[in-house]
Amino acid sequence: MNESGIQPGFYAAPGSRTGIFSWIFSTDHKRIGLLYLFSIFSFFAVGVCFGLLMRLELIAPGRTIVGPSTYNAFFTLHGVIMIFLFVIPGIPVSLGNFFMPLQIGARDVAFPRINLLSWWFYITGGLLALLSLFTGHGPPDTGWTFYAPYSIRTGTNVVLAVSAAFVLGMSSILTGLNFITTIHRMRAPGMTWFRMPLFVWSVYATAWVQILATPILGITLLLVIIERLFGVGFFDPAKGGDPILYQHLFWTYSHPAVYIMILPAMGVVTEIIPVFSRRTVFGYKAIAFSSMAIASVGYFVWGHHMFTSGMSDVARVVFSFITFIVAIPSGVKVFNWVASMYKGSIRVDAPLLFVLAFIFLFSIGGLTGLILGALATNIQVHGTYFVVGHFHYVIFGGAVFAFFGGLHYWFPKITGRMYNEKRARLAWLFLFIGFNALYFPMFILGWEGMPRRYYDYLPKFQPLNVVSTVGSWIVATGLILLFANLLRSARKGAAAGPNPWGGTTLEWQTSSPPPHENFGEIPVITQGPYIYNPSKGKGHGTA
Amino acid sequence: MPALQTSTQAVDNIFLFIVAISVALLAGIVITMLWFVVRYSRTRNTEPEDIEGNLLLEIVWVVIPLIIVMAMFFYGWQGFRFLRTVPPNALPVKAFGQMWQWSFQYEDGRTENILTVPQGRPVKLTITSRDVVHSLFIPAFRVKEDAVPGMQTHLWFLPDTVGEYDLFCSEYCGTGHSSMITKVKVIPASDFDKWYAEGSAERKGEAKEGGRELLEKKGCLLCHTTDGTKKIGPTFRGLFGSRVTVVTAGKEHDIIADEEYLHRSVMDPQADIVKGYPPVMPPQKDNVSPKELEEIIEYIKGLK
Repeated sequence: MNESGIQPGFYAAPGSRTGIFSWIFSTDHKRIGLLYLFSIFSFFAVGVCFGLLMRLELIAPGRTIVGPSTYNAFFTLHGVIMIFLFVIPGIPVSLGNFFMPLQIGARDVAFPRINLLSWWFYITGGLLALLSLFTGHGPPDTGWTFYAPYSIRTGTNVVLAVSAAFVLGMSSILTGLNFITTIHRMRAPGMTWFRMPLFVWSVYATAWVQILATPILGITLLLVIIERLFGVGFFDPAKGGDPILYQHLFWTYSHPAVYIMILPAMGVVTEIIPVFSRRTVFGYKAIAFSSMAIASVGYFVWGHHMFTSGMSDVARVVFSFITFIVAIPSGVKVFNWVASMYKGSIRVDAPLLFVLAFIFLFSIGGLTGLILGALATNIQVHGTYFVVGHFHYVIFGGAVFAFFGGLHYWFPKITGRMYNEKRARLAWLFLFIGFNALYFPMFILGWEGMPRRYYDYLPKFQPLNVVSTVGSWIVATGLILLFANLLRSARKGAAAGPNPWGGTTLEWQTSSPPPHENFGEIPVITQGPYIYNPSKGKGHGTA
Repeated sequence: MPALQTSTQAVDNIFLFIVAISVALLAGIVITMLWFVVRYSRTRNTEPEDIEGNLLLEIVWVVIPLIIVMAMFFYGWQGFRFLRTVPPNALPVKAFGQMWQWSFQYEDGRTENILTVPQGRPVKLTITSRDVVHSLFIPAFRVKEDAVPGMQTHLWFLPDTVGEYDLFCSEYCGTGHSSMITKVKVIPASDFDKWYAEGSAERKGEAKEGGRELLEKKGCLLCHTTDGTKKIGPTFRGLFGSRVTVVTAGKEHDIIADEEYLHRSVMDPQADIVKGYPPVMPPQKDNVSPKELEEIIEYIKGLK
């Protein structure tokens, strides 16, 4: 590294251990952040493979490459891996772990050992999930939602998969606890709440959802395990249980969980826009409060997953009402982001390209959510490909595109080197085109009535399924280009220097990569994070 | 708005309302965003301006979207009320979901796998499930409601045009989920009356169904065949009296497919799983009566 003039930073401070042990037993938040980054993207690769296989099977009606049982296992594993092993830990455990302490001027998180423990829980959960593929009576085939009583009755390996999700939940709770304490207790002198970068606000809001909602998932999954192993009738009506109860418990966690996925992504977007527009963010407080509003109102909308479940009609009306309310803070964010570019001095590098794509795709995801939230239209599209399209626009088009933007934005800080801009843009182009080809047809298919989780479909649905499958190949090409570029640049990229984008938040005030304890001297903060007007100072850089 | 007649109108009006507003909003956001990117690009605008916010704007883009979404909520609710208010003259039919077929029972007890209904008269389906959660979905009429075991749910629709319409299961229910498809057949009212009367007469004669008809009607042939080919489950051809390798409680052993074995395989299919097949068959206790099972086993015996 030194030949190009790049300081090794924290890479040179392995502690008392060497080799891989200096990583898997490290308590440095930056090392743990990178451990997580590699772990979650390894699982992401597995999830992508299952997704590609599903799309290949669906290129034609009837059997194409696998039988129905295998296909059902594919979509279950695609869901379990992508949700529990990739996008829920996602941005907070990787970029959050690495940059949240840097952005608040701390040397580490509040509980570095618990931070490491949560990674070990994560890996244990991941291995249990993989083990469920090869043991018992075949891989789980319930879908990632584990709906009872099917999940109680199927002969496949549900207990192990559910245990995996349980352990992953513990990891998530520990991370949330750690981050909340860190943000409360470890901010640099002068870093008041409204001087925190908005990425920190979003990680903070997310952490509350993690510690308040995840225990409900844990309990629900334990009940499934107890019912399967000991025959206690919680959910199966044949044993006196109630299947609707399962759905309530499951969605009480799993709806807030989508905010665990999207909130940190919104934080990344809010970091990138001011840097590339060279001006302060528009409506700082509106963006901060909307994160907290999403995190709190988000607990009370789970019933919109159950509009056709047989739940009472009154409950459906109430949940529909609250669902429309929760749309408002997301809209506020979008309007403030766009306004943050007004009268800026904008340079469209790869991070901003991903953000622009985010705003477009997330808006489509959000607006199609209105069709799902209105009671009458929900009836038609509930449980169809429309839902699959909506979910992927929000989570892949939203959370993951922002994640990719963040990866490029912070890449020079993590590695000390610059990625190749031309290749990054090419990868972006493939991803953007492929994404829309892959998921937009699903809205039409869903409106026309093609149910989701269908191994086989009527011939009239084929043309749009072919478009979608071709789109999946374009997306795969984009992903390969993107990761090849980043991995190559990590070794061969030009030296980036401490602050290649001219950012004003604290992570840019230390060297790239940062030294072991982040800062030589803890900075003192005297103003807000995003100040570009030289007459007003330089944001956190004035310290 | 003219008075609603059908569930299709009720849903489509609101769908168009939301889509129109959404397209306008999306176009507004994207065009503004791209215009800013071009107009304030670093080459055109070297001196950025730090604008920290504007309270009036923040209020505007909270209040106006709030009014819009409340309108969407209200119309959605209005349409929903229409969908949930069953006309008093509706034809009552019971719908049963089970892995992996639908059956429909009319008032006189007649049971069919295809839902035949008269044109012009509303139909009310009272829905339940015999095993796991299913969902009854007729896209053409924009109606859907889950079939939940131990619970009765309902929906109604007005079949106003003669024709055949798809009916799907839209809640994942296992291996055969995507083949849990049938039709809604809308026929002229006079034809329906005739069809219905014939069915009643047939029932009175207690026409005995043979094993072949039972296999079809009970859904067995969705997974099994009678011609020797493999499907989701093993074939019935040549099964009786043959030696079958099964897995019982994790242990492999051979078994002769006698009457007792066939009986157990239908009523308690998870007891012995035939090697090489997934353990997916649901118990048929509520689906097949002992007498019907006898009939089925007699038929399987003859498939050499």
